[in-house]
Amino acid sequence: MSSKEHTVTSDELDVNGHTNPGLPEHKPRLTDTYPEIERRFERQVAGWFVLSMLGTVLFIVSFIAIEPGESYDLMRLSNTLLGLGATLALLGIGVGAIVWAKNLMNDHEVTESRHDIHGSEEDRAIAVEIIKQAKEESGIARRPLIRNTLIAALALAPLPAVIVFRELGPLPGDKLFNTLWDQGVRLAIDTGGIPENPRLLRAEDVTIGSVVHVIPENIHDGDHALDEKAKAAVLLMKIDPDELNEDPERADWSYDGIVAYSKICTHVGCPVALYEHQTHHLLCPCHQSTFDVTDHCKVIFGPAKRPLPQLPITVDSEGYLVAQSDFPDPVGPTFWEINTR
Amino acid sequence: MALAVLLLLGLLLTGGAYAMFTNSASANAQQVSAQDIAEGEKLFVANCATCHGMNAEGSENGPSLIGVGAAAVDFQVGTGRMPLQMHGPQAARKAPQFNEEETAQLAAYVASLAPGPAIPDDEYLDPALGDPAAGGGLFRTNCAMCHNVVGSGGALTRGKYAPSLSGVSERHIYEAMQTGPQNMPKFNDASLTPEEKRDIIAYLDEINTMTAPGGFKLGSLGPVAEGLFIWFFGLGAVIGLTVWLSARAK
Repeated sequence: MSSKEHTVTSDELDVNGHTNPGLPEHKPRLTDTYPEIERRFERQVAGWFVLSMLGTVLFIVSFIAIEPGESYDLMRLSNTLLGLGATLALLGIGVGAIVWAKNLMNDHEVTESRHDIHGSEEDRAIAVEIIKQAKEESGIARRPLIRNTLIAALALAPLPAVIVFRELGPLPGDKLFNTLWDQGVRLAIDTGGIPENPRLLRAEDVTIGSVVHVIPENIHDGDHALDEKAKAAVLLMKIDPDELNEDPERADWSYDGIVAYSKICTHVGCPVALYEHQTHHLLCPCHQSTFDVTDHCKVIFGPAKRPLPQLPITVDSEGYLVAQSDFPDPVGPTFWEINTR
Repeated sequence: MALAVLLLLGLLLTGGAYAMFTNSASANAQQVSAQDIAEGEKLFVANCATCHGMNAEGSENGPSLIGVGAAAVDFQVGTGRMPLQMHGPQAARKAPQFNEEETAQLAAYVASLAPGPAIPDDEYLDPALGDPAAGGGLFRTNCAMCHNVVGSGGALTRGKYAPSLSGVSERHIYEAMQTGPQNMPKFNDASLTPEEKRDIIAYLDEINTMTAPGGFKLGSLGPVAEGLFIWFFGLGAVIGLTVWLSARAK
């Protein structure tokens, strides 16, 4: 460290073609000149630290005194006071320390020169010598058998880790291709969560312009009902059959204008359920992919690449809506193996 | 003579049974007189017929109102959406143009054209009788994708939007679910029973009256509004502190 007196030497005059301007003139602060201002800042710093103490006390007192579970008002009061207390406790220390450092601590400028990063020539020679000695004494250059078998052993050693990691979780298997829907599975109304006894749906319950959120009646059959619901969720809509523009080969997948489509967006799997019953647009709220329900849910806007998979439906002998089969196409976002079967 | 009596009896019976089935949930105590219907027709011809046709049969500019029922009229006219101010992607809520009596007369006239959903009974509108927790589940399944989880509303395609549900009367919420105004789908009594509709009303009443435990709600619009807030005010505070930190003391 050099002192604050700075003398310009000849090699500093020209650094990369620029003249070193040197340090700006040292100006004393108000606290350096006027003792009463110095005392004022001293009191201010102490004030910040006292404020921090008060914040800590406020936090502890409000934590003990307020039971937040009693009502929304108490919850709000508790959150407000805890937040205020913690903020004051931490901010008081931080602001106090900075005011202290800026206004009261010593204010002289300090210059330090940079050092070379590399070691001395002597140290470097020693390091090279050590490596040479290790090569000689181990004989790795003279014994290719040992060297090559060592390289092979090192290459093989990570393989057990790969095998172990592979076993960490179950492989998806055919889970991405199948849902609970199957031939004859009845359509039930999704009343939120996993209903105990799902309410079944008849064809005459669905009026034109209405939309029903649907789950399979056998929702309790899988291992994890919520996982199964996440795959099998269906949106059922009834459209005037004159407005439907159906492929001849898929004409029998709907029933009297009632169409059923997967609710899981083919982009990244958000629930697509913003149905406009006049335009028949189905909008995904996450990235605005828009599907045309009259045209087999073809993508008409947004980042989704595949149409929403259609669930072929019909009615059974008792008038309940049933699935004809599982979804013919995999539901949800497209994945690498989608074309493997 | 006997045949005529039998025919009359049969018509009365089937008509009565039909009315019982279609309006089972919402048989309204409000009685309408022939005079109401006549007054309603006059109002209709003067204010609505330009778009909906002289006999409510619909035209290029407006849909047919035959069979939409009193509930649809009460919602559309009662919230000021109809008469339409101008054509656009969506009719906005505004101060109602007709008073309650005139709205009831219009509703009576449209309901007299063909059976349709009636104005709901008070029994199904009382939030105190509903279960807000069950209503929350139903709301998140059926409504939240458009209206936002706490009913703050949200955008749809091409200038349309789902409006905010705060400050909407219980009756209008029920009628909107029942009749599916504009692009909102219908939720008939099979997909959402009248009791379930009441649960949803109870849920909306609960979230509209409760204190927000987290402080500022920022419109309850979700992560975009909250992110924007922290972007401006949080980053602004960080920049301000940095400038103060590196400034020389006077």
